[in-house]
Amino acid sequence: MAKRDRLSGNEAVAYAMRQIDPDVMGAFPITPSTEIPQYFAQYVADGLVHTEFVTVESEHSSMSTCIGAEAAGARAITATSSCGLALMWELLYVAASYRLPVTLACVNRALTGPININNDHSDSMGARDTGWIQIYAENNQEAYDNYLQAMPIGENPAVRLPVMVCQDGFITSHAVENIELCDDADVKSFVGEYQPEHFLLKHENPLAVGPYGISPYYMEAKMGQAAAMQEAKRVILEVGRRFGEMTGRTYGFFESYQLEDAETAVVLIGSSAGTARACVDELRAQGKKAGMLKLRVFRPFPFDEIAAALSHCKAIAIMDKCESFSAAGGPLGAEVRAALYGCKERPVAVNYVYGLGGRDFRVDDCAEIFRALDECVAAGETGAPYRHIGQRG
Amino acid sequence: MAYNLKKEMSKPERFVGGHRLCAGCGAGVTVRAVLRALDPEDKAVVTNATGCLEVSSFLYPYTAWTDSYIHNAFENAAATCGGVEAAYNVLKRRGKVQDNFKFITFGGDGGTYDIGFQSLSGAMERGHDMVYVCYDNEAYMNTGIQRSGATPRFADATTTPVGRVSNGKKQNKKDLTEIMVAHGIPYVAQSTFLTSMKDLHEKAHKAIYTPGPAFLNVLSPCPRGWRYATEDLAEITRLAVESCAWPLFEVIDGEYRLTYEPKKKLPVADFMRPQGRFRHCFAPGGEWMIEEAQQWVDQKWEKLLAKCR
Repeated sequence: MAKRDRLSGNEAVAYAMRQIDPDVMGAFPITPSTEIPQYFAQYVADGLVHTEFVTVESEHSSMSTCIGAEAAGARAITATSSCGLALMWELLYVAASYRLPVTLACVNRALTGPININNDHSDSMGARDTGWIQIYAENNQEAYDNYLQAMPIGENPAVRLPVMVCQDGFITSHAVENIELCDDADVKSFVGEYQPEHFLLKHENPLAVGPYGISPYYMEAKMGQAAAMQEAKRVILEVGRRFGEMTGRTYGFFESYQLEDAETAVVLIGSSAGTARACVDELRAQGKKAGMLKLRVFRPFPFDEIAAALSHCKAIAIMDKCESFSAAGGPLGAEVRAALYGCKERPVAVNYVYGLGGRDFRVDDCAEIFRALDECVAAGETGAPYRHIGQRG
Repeated sequence: MAYNLKKEMSKPERFVGGHRLCAGCGAGVTVRAVLRALDPEDKAVVTNATGCLEVSSFLYPYTAWTDSYIHNAFENAAATCGGVEAAYNVLKRRGKVQDNFKFITFGGDGGTYDIGFQSLSGAMERGHDMVYVCYDNEAYMNTGIQRSGATPRFADATTTPVGRVSNGKKQNKKDLTEIMVAHGIPYVAQSTFLTSMKDLHEKAHKAIYTPGPAFLNVLSPCPRGWRYATEDLAEITRLAVESCAWPLFEVIDGEYRLTYEPKKKLPVADFMRPQGRFRHCFAPGGEWMIEEAQQWVDQKWEKLLAKCR
């Protein structure tokens, strides 16, 4: 029987890790993900898990540990944030190209310059092209649920890719909310055993991992990764459905909220969805056709599905909690607009950068965005396509 | 059982021919000697830092390694090996792995003294049951002979070139073996190729079969970078040892032991002279460099002798 509890996002993820009892964890502290290895260390200390808990000297070494362990045939996990993810950068590519389904709990935090410990998405968005599957959570329940789905997705033989399970630093990771937790036994049977086909410690034959891939072979390796990312779309939906059968909570690529008949809509990722939902409710109460698309899966990018969900709108605001310094908008803005390009009928689209370094995003801010979208609709044109909101002055 | 080179050489090779290392490369000699020290019934997982050895021995779809092998990146071979070892411990506990495995890492001096130093230090401190072997050829050879922390003073490297106002590298060689001793790990040794390879074989065997972390620093000359005749590898390593530029010793649980003492210590100039990277030291006016190089070797040697007594 599922049980109800009150947990923070970090505690929920650590709880999921305990239920899975993975083989190896590379652990290194960084705010705001520190609590995850901390909670897990207590599980180790209390003998509740059988994991080799490797307390490394950097995030670089925690990812290196995970790569070595996963290649050896073990299920390997880690958790990090911000600069920790940045320090792993080179190895994120290695894990993905070696087709090692490592699971990384990413607690999203701004990158340094100036140093800032609060939430935005610049860390994981910067890692969007590393070849990792990226799944984002709105709240602690989703962080927990997404974590339980990560291994069945990443370890699927048709996929074999690492998975980043993202939640918003502090807003989700530290806020305590109600949560419904699965039974340990249900989790064990849902997640299953890791059964790689080839691994370093295999009895039958040795394995060589990580070759020098010269030009006649390198591109084929990349094509393999690209094909796996395509396959991941099918597997993500399959696992989301199967999770729904177990819990009643079914997951897809994104959540559409009041979107079907919406004339204006916001597109965003993570905890801001709660704010946007409240705003949509207020506007709907006033008779306005407002809606929201909350993206859950950013990699693989649900290109066609997003286009189909948004093409009927008159105006949309694509919200990036990340500056990409392209002088033209953020990563979500670029990709959503690209998805809509093939539609015969498509909305005008404004790309907002917001919430950097923990800058608050309030219902009023969201209402202001919907007002601006109404202006776009009235004028029949986009106006400035790249805007910032929430900043001083 | 007494060491017998002929018997050792009759073992099946675990690092086989067909790799693309240069003729006379010290790295290949180091690898073969270390892997010969594995008991034949034991399996091994080899971890390799990016470098000459890696790009020459595992070009897809060919490998020269008969044991399981993983290359991850330049600076993280030790942490990667630690991950493999951690996986072995838990999978063995869980009954998913039955064989006995040993864990051996190979990195060049760039990947060990410099960019991989943090990873190495961390892995040794955590106490993984592994051997880290540095094949020290005293520069970044894979990228074209750039200076590293292991390059000796006065060496002409491509980032410390000799010029009108430069006499090669300005700094002395970092003493990594001593730093590894300071980690308090159970086994640290320094070796190279001498006659029957007995010294390296015995140290490799001890390193592999001592529980816990072990570090082997093996001087592995590079004829391209050091600029001596390719066929003179054995002579160059002999001169390094006989001049005490590269003393042979081991440290077991903190106890120093000299494993070879030259009967008559040769001048370091004898080691430097055949090497093109030190040619400028032998030009008129270069005498002071030879003198200072000698002082450095003498000083290090005396300190080592004091520790071994």
